[in-house]
Amino acid sequence: MGISEFIKKIEAEVEELTPDTLKPETAFRNLPEWSSMHALIIIALVDMEYDVTITGDDLRKCTTINDIYNFVISKK
Amino acid sequence: MSAFIKAISYYLPPAKFTNSDYFNVFPEMAENKNLERVGVKERRIVDPHLTSSDLGVSAAENIFLEHKIDRNEIDFILYCSLESDYPLPATSMVVHKRLMLSRNCGAIDLSVGCSGYPYALSIAKGLIESSGFKNILIINSSTLTKTIHLKDKASRFIFGDGAAATLVSSRDDNWGIGEFIFGSVSKMTDAIIIKDGGTRNPISESSYIDYKDDYGNITDNAHLYMDGPSVFNFGLKAVPQMISDLLIKSKTELENIDLFIFHQANLFFIDSIRKKLLIPEEKVFNFMETVGNTVSASIPIAIYEAQKSGKIKSGSKVLLAGFGVGLSTGTTIIHF
Repeated sequence: MGISEFIKKIEAEVEELTPDTLKPETAFRNLPEWSSMHALIIIALVDMEYDVTITGDDLRKCTTINDIYNFVISKK
Repeated sequence: MSAFIKAISYYLPPAKFTNSDYFNVFPEMAENKNLERVGVKERRIVDPHLTSSDLGVSAAENIFLEHKIDRNEIDFILYCSLESDYPLPATSMVVHKRLMLSRNCGAIDLSVGCSGYPYALSIAKGLIESSGFKNILIINSSTLTKTIHLKDKASRFIFGDGAAATLVSSRDDNWGIGEFIFGSVSKMTDAIIIKDGGTRNPISESSYIDYKDDYGNITDNAHLYMDGPSVFNFGLKAVPQMISDLLIKSKTELENIDLFIFHQANLFFIDSIRKKLLIPEEKVFNFMETVGNTVSASIPIAIYEAQKSGKIKSGSKVLLAGFGVGLSTGTTIIHF
């Protein structure tokens, strides 16, 4: 599973993101509408697609999309 | 002699807080299309001078009227709410007085939130099947919006106020209320909490110091705090597990359940759990678009609406799953 595939899945799930909006270095918390719903969507996606649990605390330690991706990879 | 759910009615306070009102307060959220996935378009807000017992009394008067129930036949009242009128006596007594129930009627409070309905049903079932009681009135009431900080954009979107009244009675034939599975993930007491104002931390000046969480929601120690992602992760694990445990305990299969009614926390939350359990969409009934998350009243309100729309008929087997503050879980199967 490469990071571009991971990014595509996030973009597909998060309503207002058009394709190719996110980059590995995107600081997701700076996205204009970043809210707890976005966190829930990422948690659900990581759980359903990759069978990995990412908690609020884990997300807190991530700054970029790359950080989230690396976390998921490390748990598989 | 089996306990069964005989009747349900509910009451909503009149004042509405629509999504349009919400976006006036939080214009920065207007472009957040993901909010639609919460599944709420409007919610009712209690008058600040009223309490949960006021809503509870209204729900009870509705059930007496709508279902032609003689209040003198109620021999026990279970009042389930997170909000009480006084530190003492119990609010069930206040409600008992206002409803002019019989002197022979027992009355207790259940201080349980979103998992409250299954808990209340388990006690009603026990009173009927083990102790010979005949007519248990369960009231589930929430005025949680009174505890939400005005700048807490997540909680103000999710929660609405309301109360439900349920009559649990006895019948000679078919079982009406099945087995129960309860869970207590008490290590997560802090995931949904109002820290100050109880006896542990009395209200002080510091109770009103605002703080912001990772998602821009503002609250303070005198108001509701909810760690959404933690509660969501808990739900994704605990709810499918408890349903699986209940099916084993009930010696039945998922396919034999006609309908699933989850605590109406948030549509995205429910849909995520549904997908994990591989439950077809048409077997899940939701009712939150116009009422929001009404805490322990959410399941009985949804049951009422499911019956009204024909999704629940006589003979239906309906699995109820409550989960929330505690963090607490409760589930049962109802045979209508």
